[in-house]
Amino acid sequence: MTLSPAQQDRLAYRRRQTLLSVLVAALSTLVLGVLLVVAVTGAPGWARVRESFLDASVARESLPDVLRGLWLNIRLLFFCAIGALALGLVVALLRTLRGPVFFPVRLLATGYTYTFRGLPLIIVLYVMTLGVPGLRLQGMPSTLVLGGIALVITYSGYLAEVFRAGIESVHPSQLAAARSLGLTYRQTMRHVVLPQAVRRVAPPLLNDTVALQKDVGLVSLAGPIDAVRAAQIHTAETFNYTPYIVAGVLFVLLAIPLIAITDWVTLRAARRQS
Amino acid sequence: MTLLSCRGLRKEFGGHVVLDRLDFDVAEHEVVALIGASGSGKSTLLRCVNLLEEIDDGTIHLDGEHITDPRVNPDKVRQRIGIVFQAYNLFPHMTVLENIVLAPTRVHKVPRATAVATAREWLARVGLADKAGEYPDRLSGGQQQRVAIVRALVNSPRLLLLDEVTSALDPELVGEVLSMIRDLKSEGVTMVLATHEMGFARQVADRVCFLDGGRVLEQGPPETVFAEPAEPRTRQFLSRIIEAGRL
Ligand SMILES: Nc1ncnc2c1ncn2[C@@H]1O[C@H](COP(=O)(O)OP(=O)(O)OP(=O)(O)O)[C@@H](O)[C@H]1O
Ligand SMILES: [Mg+2]
Repeated sequence: MTLSPAQQDRLAYRRRQTLLSVLVAALSTLVLGVLLVVAVTGAPGWARVRESFLDASVARESLPDVLRGLWLNIRLLFFCAIGALALGLVVALLRTLRGPVFFPVRLLATGYTYTFRGLPLIIVLYVMTLGVPGLRLQGMPSTLVLGGIALVITYSGYLAEVFRAGIESVHPSQLAAARSLGLTYRQTMRHVVLPQAVRRVAPPLLNDTVALQKDVGLVSLAGPIDAVRAAQIHTAETFNYTPYIVAGVLFVLLAIPLIAITDWVTLRAARRQS
Repeated sequence: MTLLSCRGLRKEFGGHVVLDRLDFDVAEHEVVALIGASGSGKSTLLRCVNLLEEIDDGTIHLDGEHITDPRVNPDKVRQRIGIVFQAYNLFPHMTVLENIVLAPTRVHKVPRATAVATAREWLARVGLADKAGEYPDRLSGGQQQRVAIVRALVNSPRLLLLDEVTSALDPELVGEVLSMIRDLKSEGVTMVLATHEMGFARQVADRVCFLDGGRVLEQGPPETVFAEPAEPRTRQFLSRIIEAGRL
C-alpha cells in the first residue's frame, strides 16, 4: 500500500517534531542536573555535609542493622495492609446496610470511621502499646502486634470511607437489575456491587497503602526497632547522619514498585472511564 | 388460566398517588401492552409486580400465590419473574456470557457447564454467538438489549416484564429487538410490556391496557382500542400520539 504524498509529508513532519522534542528534553535535563550539582557541591558547607550525611564507611557499617529494621517494616506493612483492607471493607459494608434493624450497627460503624479518622495515629499507638498491656490480661500479645493493631484500626477508618465511596458510586439500577434476577442482597453485593466498587477506588486504596508504608515505622515509638529507629541508634553512636540517608534510600526503593502499581492502576481506571 | 392478578393496587411516592386501586390481570401465554402518557405509572406497575417497589395497598397474586404477603421471600418471587429495563442495566464488569450465567449458577444452582451451554444456545438464536466473550460496552444498544432479554429468559421465568425495551434504541436497531419479542410470543412466553411504540403494541399484543389516573382506564384487543376507543381520555392520548407520528 502506498501512502499519498500528503500523508508521507505529515509522517515525516511528525518524525522531525518528535526528534526535536526529545533533543530539547535531554538538553534541558542535562543543564538542570549540572546546575544542581554545581550549586550543591560548590556550597560553602558542602564538605561538612558530605562528611556527616554521605560517609561510605558509616553507610556500610549501618546497612545490616537498617536492613534488619526494614524487614520489620515490610512484615508490618504486609499484615497491616491486609488487616486494614479487610476491616475497612467490613466497616464500609456495615455502613451501607439499610433498614431499622441495622440502625445500631450502622451507628457503630459510622462512629468508628469518625473517631479513627479524627484521632492522631500516635495516640492510638500509645494507648494500644502502653495502655492496653497495663490491663495485665492473660495472653496479651507482644508490643509489635499491639502496634500493628493500632495501625490497622486507624487505617481501616480511612479505607472504610474509600470503600463506601466506591460502593455508593455504583448506580442503583445495577442493584435493581441484580435483585430482579433473584440474587439476594449478599449475592448482589458480592458479584455485582463490590467488583465494580473496588475497581473504581483501587487508586485511592493503593495510595493509602503507600502512606501506611511510611507510618508502620511509628511502632518503634513503643520499642520495636524499625529501619528509621535502627538508623537513629547508629547515628547516636557515631554522630554521623549517613544511616538516615541509607534508611531513606531503602524506603524509596521499597515504595517504587507500590507507587508504580498505583500509577498504572490509576491510568487504567482513567482509560476505562473514557 | 390467570397467571398474574393485581387487585386494588395503590402506590404513592411522597403523597403523589401513582397507582390508585388498580386492577390488572394477565392470563398464561398472553402478551399485554401497557400504554399511557409519560408518568402514568407503567414502570411503577412493572416494578411493583417484581417487588422492586413496595405497594401501599392491594394484593398481587402470581400463579395463585399471594406474593405481596410480607412473609413471602421476595428473592424467591423474583426468581420466577424476569424484567428487562429500558437502560438494559447489564453488569459492565462481566462479559456477555458471565452476565447471562450469573443468575442460573448462583441463584438456580444450575451446573456451570449446563448454564454456559444454554447461554450459548440463546446467544446463537438471537444472532450474538460471537459476542459471548465481549464486555457490554463494546456492544451496540440493540445488542445489549437482546443480551439483557436473554439474561432474563435463561431463568425460564413464568412472566417476562419488558419496560420500554426499545425506546433507547435507534430506529434501525428497534427491529432486531422487536423480532426477538415476536419469536418469544410464538413460543408462548407470557409478557407484559410497557411501550410508547403503538405500532409494535398493535402487532404483538393480545390485549392493550391504557393506564390513566392510576388505573387501567380502558383495555381490549389492539384493533378495538386503537380503532374505536371508548373513553375520551384514550381518544385524546391516541390523537396526540398520531400527531407525534408514532402510530
Ligand atoms: N422512586 C420514585 N420516587 C418518587 N417518585 C417516583 C419514583 N418512581 C416514579 N415516581 C413517579 O411516579 C410517576 C410514575 O412514574 P413511572 O416511571 O411509573 O411512569 P411511566 O408511565 O413509566 O412513564 P414513562 O412513560 O415516562 O416511562 C411519575 O410521576 C414519577 O415521577
Ligand atoms: Mg417508564
